Amino acid sequence: MATIAMPGRVEAAAPARPAEPTGVWSWITTVDHKRIGTLYLFTALFFFVVGGTEALVIRLQLMKPNMGIVSADMYNQLFTMHGTTMVFLVIMPLSAAFFNYLIPLQIGARDVAFPRLNAFSYWVYALGGVFITAPIFLSLAPNGGWFGYAPLTTTAYSPTLNIDFWVIGLQILGISSLAAAFNFITTIINMRAPGMHLMRMPIFTWMSFVVQFLVILAFPVITVALVFLLFDRFFGTNFYTIAAGADPLLWQHLFWIFGHPEVYILILPAFGLVSEVLPTYSRKPLFGYPVMVYSGILIGFLGFGVWAHHMFSVGMGPIADSIFSLTTMLIAIPTGVKILNWISTMWGGQIRFTTAMLFGIALVALFTMGGISGIMHSSAAADLQQTDSYFVVAHFHYVLFGGAIFGIFAGVYHYFPKMTGRFLDETLGKWHFWVFFVAMNLTFFPMHFSGLLGMPRRIYTYDAGQGWELFNMMASLGAFLQGAGMLIFFYNMWRSYRQPATAPADPWGAPTLEWTIPSPPPDYNFAKLPQVTSRYPLWDEKGREAMIQHRAGDRIPSAEELHIPMPKSTAKPFVVALFMTCMLASLIFLHVEGMATVGILATIAFALAMVGTLYSWLLSPLE
Amino acid sequence: MTTATLTADHGHTHGAGGAATPEHQPHHTTLGLDHRKIAIWAFIGSECMLFISLISTYLIYKGKSLVGPYPHEKWTDPNTGETFNAILNIPVTSASTFVLLMSSLAMVLAHNAVINRTGKAKWWLLTTILLGTGFLGFQAYEFTSFVHEGLTIKTNLFGSSFFTLTGFHGAHVTVGVLWLCTLLAIDLKRGLKPEDGLIVDLSALYWHFVDVVWIAIFTLVYLIP
Ligand SMILES: [Cu+2]
Repeated sequence: MATIAMPGRVEAAAPARPAEPTGVWSWITTVDHKRIGTLYLFTALFFFVVGGTEALVIRLQLMKPNMGIVSADMYNQLFTMHGTTMVFLVIMPLSAAFFNYLIPLQIGARDVAFPRLNAFSYWVYALGGVFITAPIFLSLAPNGGWFGYAPLTTTAYSPTLNIDFWVIGLQILGISSLAAAFNFITTIINMRAPGMHLMRMPIFTWMSFVVQFLVILAFPVITVALVFLLFDRFFGTNFYTIAAGADPLLWQHLFWIFGHPEVYILILPAFGLVSEVLPTYSRKPLFGYPVMVYSGILIGFLGFGVWAHHMFSVGMGPIADSIFSLTTMLIAIPTGVKILNWISTMWGGQIRFTTAMLFGIALVALFTMGGISGIMHSSAAADLQQTDSYFVVAHFHYVLFGGAIFGIFAGVYHYFPKMTGRFLDETLGKWHFWVFFVAMNLTFFPMHFSGLLGMPRRIYTYDAGQGWELFNMMASLGAFLQGAGMLIFFYNMWRSYRQPATAPADPWGAPTLEWTIPSPPPDYNFAKLPQVTSRYPLWDEKGREAMIQHRAGDRIPSAEELHIPMPKSTAKPFVVALFMTCMLASLIFLHVEGMATVGILATIAFALAMVGTLYSWLLSPLE
Repeated sequence: MTTATLTADHGHTHGAGGAATPEHQPHHTTLGLDHRKIAIWAFIGSECMLFISLISTYLIYKGKSLVGPYPHEKWTDPNTGETFNAILNIPVTSASTFVLLMSSLAMVLAHNAVINRTGKAKWWLLTTILLGTGFLGFQAYEFTSFVHEGLTIKTNLFGSSFFTLTGFHGAHVTVGVLWLCTLLAIDLKRGLKPEDGLIVDLSALYWHFVDVVWIAIFTLVYLIP
């Protein structure tokens, strides 16, 4: 869909669009939600390569029986960091890239509510990511699984620094997610354009809204669990010391009260993206919009009542097992409703099979498969057979790779022209998609079988003759094929970077506010405050002509010309994030022989520096 | 310290051109509330989960300590024959609870003084700060006397969960005291005006929240044996 070309109004003297600041310093000091979104996107893609490489080493090691590519200890670090990286450094920040980029555009706002806090969130994430990833080069990376079960992770069983990096790293990353969540909640509640009441909000913004509430309610729980572990390790408390009478399940309960909502924190943004993609390329409004909203809220709410389905094998007793079985089956209903609504959205539509649409449709199919194996686990009796086997690995990769990652790629192809003004090549995109789709199934489908044949998770090697060889070989080949798919994607991005920026405001004929402004949008986003009269303003009979604010060839005025006050660039959020990360990172020294005093002094020094710069930030005006 | 304005970090709702729409309010928001007001409520909601997790752990571990001293009953060490008193000192903590409650009252009066320009804001802020510091003093006394009586954070499950829970609360009070000191500094420098009601309101919400958490801790940890 091309927009109607208007007679060129480019003035010879003035540039077609205001000059963007360039250079590393401009990125360090930016408070623009779009540039911060871009930073999130590229940082998360970087960590995707890191986490993917870890997965490839894992698959190399498991390709054949009794391989010796890595030691058992290095293998522990690899699977721990693969999980930790993909959850906290890839999928959450990829979602955050879209929250940042899209929420203000979808609700017709100039920026998020607290632009500097937003920059702070990003820098805490980036620095925390480096902190938790770098130790792998010293063989000191976390090695207790992404769930870090205590007492296994207490000093008695994990005396080395590996777990300290994990505990402190996750605390740092949690601060980033929490700060961002307060920001987005305020933005969505308080910055909607006139006329955009809650039931006119784009569905991606809605799902993001639910996710932010999950973050602010779930992250404090893991914060407390991690504080206990930190105190046990550093100060000799007894929270996880069984010999002192501690409950061996305390960690598991606290972790999964966080951990299950975390699953929805990972998947709901992708659901939101796909709920934008499917209607656009079916040229039909989302089927049952209110039901989609309510089911999203219900999933978020019920998500806090199912955590113990991760613990059926610990012996909670028949009553607890039955209750958590039932709540888990219950939560499948709103999820199933979403699947049916997506199918109904496509039903009878004028479907265009763009790359974004293919990824979107694949999400519906693959997530359904992951959901069905999830229903199998909801039965405590069946779960006892499947738990800790590769069947579970297959299940959550269908949900998180087939679901979250495919949904995010649907979003990347859909929004790439909006973010950059350039198109990704559709032919390469389809190659990427099909390679990914085949590779994904080749990798994870056989794991159902190796799992049912009894192959346990997290083993670093296995003997021949147990019927696992073929399935492991298939999975390993599939994993490398996924790597090939990523190479196609990166080549596609690089290729489009070298193309001229030609994308119009609404290249796909999509219906929501972000498509009314230039691609990429100017720093102030909306030259004219949009008045929202419906859910899909660009699909209204007269709405389209009235709403589109930019046509091919129009000159884009600068913020000064429009008298729009813009926030000043500032490095203060970066500096505060740096001092805060250093402050928490210095705690590591408490566990290094003879360095405890240094650690305490460094922590105090960085804390003072952080408070000082924080005052300087808060006392300087935004604009 | 430049205290001309304590400007928090909030952007505009939208970027309508000032010249094009003169009626445009630069700080118009959907609910008509300041962004910071909504953010602090979200923050308080999140903090509730933090304290719920801490208090739940304390309650789960109640009565599970394998060795004393215990919170509510005497304990004799079977190895040494040494006897330890019940640790919690309800009268002293009742006094400190009263002090913290009074600080909330002073906070309300401070906010009121700012809104109504009575000129007494600095005195009420100072009172709140002193009462908050008094509470922290009680806590310091409590902690040191517990250590004297043989209970440290390492001793048993009670010590670990008690010191962590009340320590976290004390840290929140400390942050609140620093925040109020900042407001007092602003007031002394340029005088808090009714337009500053919001920034006082934000600190008051936080302060009352920390106070309410203490009521929960006092009831669940100290009063219920
Ligand atoms: Cu779960």
